[in-house]
Amino acid sequence: MTTVALQPAARSHGTPAQRIRRWLGHNALFVYTFAAIVYLMLPIAVMILFSFNRPAGKSNFAWREFSFDAWLNPFAPLGLSDAVMASLRIAFISTIVATILGTLIGLGLTRYVFRGRAATNLIIFLPMATPEIVLGASLLTLFVSIGMARNELTILIAHIMFNISYVVVTIRARLAGFDRRLEEAAMDLGATEMVTFWKVTFPLIFPGILAAAMLAFSLSIDDFVITNFTAGSTVTLPMYIYGATRIGVPVQVNVIGTIIFGTAVGAVLLSTLLQRRDRAA
Amino acid sequence: MTALLRRYHFIVPYLLLTPGLIWLAIFYIYPSIQMFISSFWSGSLEHGFTFSLANVHNYTDGLSRYQEQIVRSVFFAAAATIATFLISFPLAYTIAFRAGQYKNLLLFLVIAPFFTSFLLRVISWRTILGDDGLLLGPLKSAGLVSDDVRILATPVAVISGIAYNFLPFMTLPIYVSLEKIDKRLLEAGQDLYATPWSAFRKITLPLALPGIFAGTLLTFIPAMGDYVNAELLGQTPATKMIGNVVQSRFLVNNDYPTAAALSFILMAGILVAVAVYARLLGTEELMSSAG
Repeated sequence: MTTVALQPAARSHGTPAQRIRRWLGHNALFVYTFAAIVYLMLPIAVMILFSFNRPAGKSNFAWREFSFDAWLNPFAPLGLSDAVMASLRIAFISTIVATILGTLIGLGLTRYVFRGRAATNLIIFLPMATPEIVLGASLLTLFVSIGMARNELTILIAHIMFNISYVVVTIRARLAGFDRRLEEAAMDLGATEMVTFWKVTFPLIFPGILAAAMLAFSLSIDDFVITNFTAGSTVTLPMYIYGATRIGVPVQVNVIGTIIFGTAVGAVLLSTLLQRRDRAA
Repeated sequence: MTALLRRYHFIVPYLLLTPGLIWLAIFYIYPSIQMFISSFWSGSLEHGFTFSLANVHNYTDGLSRYQEQIVRSVFFAAAATIATFLISFPLAYTIAFRAGQYKNLLLFLVIAPFFTSFLLRVISWRTILGDDGLLLGPLKSAGLVSDDVRILATPVAVISGIAYNFLPFMTLPIYVSLEKIDKRLLEAGQDLYATPWSAFRKITLPLALPGIFAGTLLTFIPAMGDYVNAELLGQTPATKMIGNVVQSRFLVNNDYPTAAALSFILMAGILVAVAVYARLLGTEELMSSAG
């Protein structure tokens, strides 16, 4: 299949139009892939570009002129910094709790054979298969029926709930290739179960835990639908952005979106570099 | 403590599972039951709700009153799922078979847009598709498209918004199943004089089916429940989906019984789809493809 590109017949015969057609025929997949990547990146490019806009009115839809205004005063719009802080608080706490609960389940599911495994798998899978709107709506009916006021606590409860499943799935994927002989070796050399866990098992599964935590954090900080149902009057960043679409989204929102994007890309690049260094060492 | 655990080793997995499962029982399973109960309520938030089986009319009323939005949701979600498949399959195929050293870079580029806020991506599409936006603006000033052509506030805008936002849910499972294919099978096919097309049709495609199934489910389910794209890109009553109805019944009208009945219809439809699928592939396979 790969020899296709090397065939000499593809070179310099026929009219330019025929040559272009032939080149497209040989490279159609790459052209298509390139177009798909451009399509994927376009909204991100627009978001970053418009963070440097100086719009005429309140809405940041039409390009007017280049400016650093929003970057110099990222928290100028009223309530934006509170929303960012609320989102960060909720994301941190829900990530920690969900990562602990999910890691325990992941360990239980991958390392033990027990009754009820299939049922457990189903309970883990169902929240991921349920549309967000149904998750949010059912939590709302729960909070209404027991008369529980909706605030930051109810958002936290919801975020921990939907994050557990994603943590379990990530941990399971990482534990699948785990070599149990390493633990047996440690025990043969006289380590107790506790020492073996902390000195052998934990360091080996730590990258998986970290990956799960990063996923949970990004799901939490980005969640709008479930938060919308469980928030009451608490405003998180996505709630702020959604509310702003009615009156005009301030440029600063693009600045914060760009910062989040840059941070996430940076974190992935850093972890890839670290992994490469580990492998080289 | 350790001695006890060794003696009763069989309880260790249950100890590990219990805290998380209790959380899911209280905040996933119980609310689902509560929502089912709420769908048989009558009354209002101010005067209190009462439960009665006679209120099964919440379901029939909801179905007949919002039939239009339900049908539209199925149509939009199906169209968006097909669009993501048409974009994803060649993309996943290229990454799995042709990308060589650029494989990881391409995978990264597929996921990268999703490192920023879902809402901001939708808002960016609003800028791009707007009446004088990046797409129509230049076409209109060049006179290629008449001035009254709109994309924003049409079904096309909503479907393309949904397709964009759920794309990786289709691309990644297809990529994973293509990646797993043993390349020697394709070589064997060639040795036995299969044309590239028949090798693709008889080897690659059947082996990619689990990924296509998973991707379809992972795209279609959230697409069915979505209301943000319809709200921000559709903007008109003619593009409202079932999610918009549930959202406004719950959060604007406080009409919990109807909203709960509609949510339950949505969830039941999806559970049936998942159950059929789980029967076909087994829950383990479902879990691994979801991850």
